[in-house]
Amino acid sequence: MTKYSIFSLARNALTEHRNWTEAWRSPDPKPAYDVIIIGAGGHGLGTAYYLARNHGITNVAVLEKGYLGGGNTGRNTTIVRANYLLEGNEHFYEHSLKLWEGMSQDLNFNVMFSQRGVINLAHSDPQVDAFQRRGNAMILNGSDAVFLNRAEVQARAPLLDCSDGARYPIKGGLLQPRAGTARHDAVAWGYARAADAAGVDIIQNCEVTGIDIEGGRVTSVQTTRGAIKAGKVGTAVAGHTGHVAAMAGLRLPIESHVLQAMVSEPVKPCLDTVITSGAVHCYISQSDKGELVMGGDLDFYNSYAQRGNFPSIEDVVASVISMFPAFGRLRLMRTWGGVMDMSMDGSPIISKTPIDGFYVNGGWCYGGFKATPGSAWVYAHTIAEDRPHALNECFHLSRFARGYTIDEHGSGPTPGAH
Amino acid sequence: MSAQPYRNAEGGRVDRRRPVGFTFDGKRYQGYAGDTLAAALLANGVRLVGRSFKYHRPRGIVGAGNEESNALVQLGTGARTEPNLPATRVELYEGLEATSQNRWPSLNFDVGAINALMHRLFPAGFYYKTFMWPAKLWPLYEHAIRHIAGMGRTATAPDPDTYAHRFHHCDVLVCGGGPAGLAAALAAARAGARVVIADENAEWGGMLRSRTDAIDGRPALEWVADAVAELARLPEVTVLPRTTVAGYYDHNMLVLDERVADHKPAPANHEPRHRLWQVRAREVVLATGALERPFVFADNDRPGVMLTSAAQHYANAHGVRAGGNAVVFANNSSAYPAARDLAAAGIGIQAIVDVRAEVPDADRAMARGIGAGVLAGHAVVAAHGARQVTSVTVMALDADATGAVGEPREILCDLVCQSAGWTPSVHLFSQSRGKLRYDDGLTAFVPDRSFQRERSAGAAKGTFDLKGCLAEGFAAGAAAATAAGFPAAAPATPDCSDDTEVRPRAIWAVPLPVFLHGKRFVDHQNDVTAEDVGLAYREGYRSVEHLKRYTTLGMGTDQGRTSNVNGLAVMAGLRSDAIPTVGTTTFRQPFTPIPMGAVAGAHAHADVAPTRVSALYDWHKAHGAPFSTAGYWLRPQGYPRDGETLAQATQREARHVRTHVGVVDVSTLGKIDLQGRDAAEFLNRLYINGFAKLAVGKCRYGVMLRDDGMVYDDGTVTRIAEHRYLVTTTTVHAGGVMSHMEYLAQVEWPELDVRMISVTDDWAGIAIAGPRARDVLARLAAADIGDAALPFMGYLETDVAGAPARLFRISFSGELAYEINMAPAHMPHVWEALLAAGADDGIIAYGTEAMNVMRIEKGHVVTGELNGRTTAGDLGFGPMMSKIKHFVGQPLAGREGLAEAGRKQLVGLMPTDGRTPIPRGAQIVADPAARPPVAMLGEVTSQCVSPNLGHPIGLGLLVDGRARHGETLSAHSPLTGETVAVTVTDPVFIDPEGERLRG
Amino acid sequence: MLEIKCPWCGARTQTEFTYAGDATLDRPDAETGSEEDWYEYVYLRDNPRGAHDELWQHSAGCRRYVKVRRDVTTHEIIATGAPGAKLDGGGS
Repeated sequence: MTKYSIFSLARNALTEHRNWTEAWRSPDPKPAYDVIIIGAGGHGLGTAYYLARNHGITNVAVLEKGYLGGGNTGRNTTIVRANYLLEGNEHFYEHSLKLWEGMSQDLNFNVMFSQRGVINLAHSDPQVDAFQRRGNAMILNGSDAVFLNRAEVQARAPLLDCSDGARYPIKGGLLQPRAGTARHDAVAWGYARAADAAGVDIIQNCEVTGIDIEGGRVTSVQTTRGAIKAGKVGTAVAGHTGHVAAMAGLRLPIESHVLQAMVSEPVKPCLDTVITSGAVHCYISQSDKGELVMGGDLDFYNSYAQRGNFPSIEDVVASVISMFPAFGRLRLMRTWGGVMDMSMDGSPIISKTPIDGFYVNGGWCYGGFKATPGSAWVYAHTIAEDRPHALNECFHLSRFARGYTIDEHGSGPTPGAH
Repeated sequence: MSAQPYRNAEGGRVDRRRPVGFTFDGKRYQGYAGDTLAAALLANGVRLVGRSFKYHRPRGIVGAGNEESNALVQLGTGARTEPNLPATRVELYEGLEATSQNRWPSLNFDVGAINALMHRLFPAGFYYKTFMWPAKLWPLYEHAIRHIAGMGRTATAPDPDTYAHRFHHCDVLVCGGGPAGLAAALAAARAGARVVIADENAEWGGMLRSRTDAIDGRPALEWVADAVAELARLPEVTVLPRTTVAGYYDHNMLVLDERVADHKPAPANHEPRHRLWQVRAREVVLATGALERPFVFADNDRPGVMLTSAAQHYANAHGVRAGGNAVVFANNSSAYPAARDLAAAGIGIQAIVDVRAEVPDADRAMARGIGAGVLAGHAVVAAHGARQVTSVTVMALDADATGAVGEPREILCDLVCQSAGWTPSVHLFSQSRGKLRYDDGLTAFVPDRSFQRERSAGAAKGTFDLKGCLAEGFAAGAAAATAAGFPAAAPATPDCSDDTEVRPRAIWAVPLPVFLHGKRFVDHQNDVTAEDVGLAYREGYRSVEHLKRYTTLGMGTDQGRTSNVNGLAVMAGLRSDAIPTVGTTTFRQPFTPIPMGAVAGAHAHADVAPTRVSALYDWHKAHGAPFSTAGYWLRPQGYPRDGETLAQATQREARHVRTHVGVVDVSTLGKIDLQGRDAAEFLNRLYINGFAKLAVGKCRYGVMLRDDGMVYDDGTVTRIAEHRYLVTTTTVHAGGVMSHMEYLAQVEWPELDVRMISVTDDWAGIAIAGPRARDVLARLAAADIGDAALPFMGYLETDVAGAPARLFRISFSGELAYEINMAPAHMPHVWEALLAAGADDGIIAYGTEAMNVMRIEKGHVVTGELNGRTTAGDLGFGPMMSKIKHFVGQPLAGREGLAEAGRKQLVGLMPTDGRTPIPRGAQIVADPAARPPVAMLGEVTSQCVSPNLGHPIGLGLLVDGRARHGETLSAHSPLTGETVAVTVTDPVFIDPEGERLRG
Repeated sequence: MLEIKCPWCGARTQTEFTYAGDATLDRPDAETGSEEDWYEYVYLRDNPRGAHDELWQHSAGCRRYVKVRRDVTTHEIIATGAPGAKLDGGGS
């Protein structure tokens, strides 16, 4: 692997960049692997990387039906945060946040992790209560949180309408200073390059069509490029987890829904932090390229289509310009959709299954991107050791039957409501 | 005011009697009515109009419409300023102010251009490879990157304009007002179909606006005018100019953005700036035309290098010469009539450089007619010049067009017109889920299989000759009308002058001879070169999406309109794959960027959500109440008097109600009228407690669970008659509980005879509470409301202050209390009557804050406790859960995780010192000095200072809380730096025996 | 934007409806359903990639629940009916 640095960049400039090598190989699948990961998004590639790095398991293939990073890794609004109330969530996401903080250096690939802070706006007294409760829990769980009053919110987002005339007046905001955004594609590419360098085979355009189980144990996967034997198989296909798990005969507490995201045309810096509002239903940040990156609610019906409909776009944009009235003349440039695994309690599933050697990592709802390194870390552990890491014990599949759901929003078993 | 040196005295369709003044970068210029900003700038000889995104290279005008990738300007100033507008799409108006973007300090001298000198350090994706060491400097690097990027600037003041939305249904929606679209609309409209035709331009005719064709022996634009006039006359036809079909969604719903007032300095009074149409069409005709492609050759971004069709447009539509001396560089025949038109406009044609080795005779004849030499089998390999093109280098191509051979020749020129073939605008087709097919002959993707009810016609389908466009348009319009139920036959196609066959010779990247340097731009706006595509290939970013994402190809405001096919083809060449194997990128909505204001329409700002207020809203306002939001509702928080803060008013009101009497507006509670022979059974299944034995004229408190066994909502149920109940819900769950009940009744228990309707808005509510409540109410109630006639949890109907009312003897405050329901129209009268009748008793109005204090004193639960994660047992409702009947949520409430010890239970909290307020949102810990991570035993869910107890109190959820009464723990809020020792108590602080409310 | 045919009101636009989830689930019997039955009913979903029977409430219209068979990969609506109706087509 060619090491990336300003020096290698300068050296290659002398040869007009003709000598850069492939960031990853494009191998044909071998007949058998110790571990097969289905899905070459950030979670799957990261899992392969940590299997090699942390557990010394390198006979690993990552199978991808399309191109690597082409699912939700490359479709999200790039927000990274660890601002949860419930202990299981907070410990896990805080671990993930710490991994983000060292990711560019660890992978030798600049994922442009930008700790510009994420602010949840509070619009009512009960929300102030709830956000302070959450901020306290974050701090006591070892993370960082600051409660901003209205003037402090305004100072960090000068174009935000903090006036009393706003339909949802701003009472304050819960800031996580270490949260921020990252360059989503780079996360997939960085993990792919590092995993490949460690010996992992990343096999693109290879769709899994079946999962073979003998005597309660997974033996191989069927793919569009033939059957591949595997000691262990793990899914990392959030959005399609229900579909892939069905190949192994499992029904999951997951529905697939479409979530849309959108960007404005690029403009000079005008928003230096990430603003989210649950009451107004939107989140917004500005990419390094200058686009306003926006998202909001689901389309609210089951969908495996990577496209949504106009009402959700109207809602998000109306919310954004209500909070930022000056943005009304900026133009919406591109909208797209991604398919979300909406779990029944809004929290992920990173778990062994009733099938030996078959593992599930899904149910990320719309929060999977920020979890990428943490998820990959504990999933690699779960697969390598055949038992959960301390941080994902609470994300076990059995929690629903046993009554240990992790329902951050308290919305109950309505997947679209989380 | 300068003259217009590049404006012809005649020609074009601008109004030379109506000069229009405008400024660009502060300098005053003049154009004519009918000009675009681009046309007027060219007329004035302004060639340099912007700087590029990454290298800050000087850029000029490339196109004449939505394909423009370079000439982006900042329009206007102040609150109406708008960034990144293509000058080609800005209609000129008097006083228009435009400025160039992405340059500092000025367009001519741009410090950022130093990037161009360092360009070798900045190949595609360079930022992924550097800025990593030392890690702590990344924020500085990022700050610099952000300020270099971004192009124009947002306004910083609220947008002063308004936007409208319109919903519309039609039989046939025609997208595009060129020859094919107009023909389609005519065919459909003549059959009587309800037709909408939209075109993004102000002027109808599509490509005919740029050319000099004839239809039926007359100028084609006369045919256009006749067609539009005929359409406008038909009552069922809606003709929408300046309207972009921006999105094609499911079930033939399309979104149209009508620019109502962008061609004026500001909208007229009451006029929206844009109107966004959502059109549900039975059938759609896509006549969206095609865009000319540029070539990829060295320094092809120099100002003066344009699309041939654009130069032709400026000549024919505006009487503007885009330059003095042109080299035409083409690989297809469409450039020849364009060259003829340019020559006719007075532009010297230095040469026609044609990639094709064999140039058709007709083309050669046309070239001869204007005295232009044709260099067949040649290509422009490089453009020269700095701020504008001054010459080009032309070389012969080898047989497969991969190498430049022979002697280079330099040709002086100030305009390069290029035509590398045509790309059908298949965006809408693709958005509709139609499948594309690559046509080798056209070197373009064309529509193949439709998914929705649409059909393409004309250039959008790869048909480029005029007669073919008209014929296809007529046929598509007739077919669409027929399919929509209006049988139609295609009209006969008139004779047309044009029969040019395009048939290009593909050349995707013009070879760069070794002795030349220069950047071969594929995507001008994002500064992506052929070399960048090569780097992406070498590094393994070979799928079309990797290519886009790694290099940013096609990610600009033009969404790769002119660059995607070239980029795809260059990658295909490197991969030695066919172009369709590499794939095509997905076309996303919107087709061209549309203002966020237009997307939001009127449902923005204060109207982003509905606002619900009670019938007493004006009274609350007049009495100084601040409001809080609960769902869509605004609720009065309290009524501060002479200099009181809200907190002081809350204390006064909460104390006064417990000693005297008060009234509060409770209209926001959800109310459901439930009727039917099985209503009792229905309620029995719905609530955890029994309702079978509730007598007529009695109320009962009820708790309902979700199917997962967690508490969903609480409220009262009153049996109004044998088969009629009134169910109340919390304010926030009013809608959800209603849908939940309807679901159970309609889907799960259809055998039950039960009907329900929401009556939240039909019954306004006032609660009167306090020891003197009965005395006051009795003065106004027609019926006897003595304790015998209306006991605790009793109900009766009577007139109150002359208004028909329902009285419920229920209490949230824990005092003797009644809830009065009446028609909202009567509410102000009843409210005033109560205040008057209670004047001697010291009656006051109290707000939601005082109500909240009193319910905390009573240990009643609201949102902080009903957080969706608490069980009935957690909240102390365990004993209410029936053991003799099934109810919703019962089975899963028994799961180990919901039943086991160690759950957090509702408790009361009191500061151990008796005076320090409990911090809001605090967590409950044993040792506040412990270093994180700290185990949390519980959380404070509500807190207040109790005026009736004289000290702060709170409610909390605490692990095994009911067994901890008397323990001392800490309410810890590191967020605010507060820590208070608290004693765990029973959650009911006042009158635990309930004597007051029964009084 | 979807257009849904309400059996009682006719074709209406998506925004008049509220999605109400999977219509293939059988609520366990109140008397005989086991905790396991209820767990499966409340939590587990087939989540098919193709034709999906689901409920929508015509919440801004007649407030009736409508059973809809929709292809969740294309959003094409194959059939609609009353909640108890058997729908045809689409291979579900």
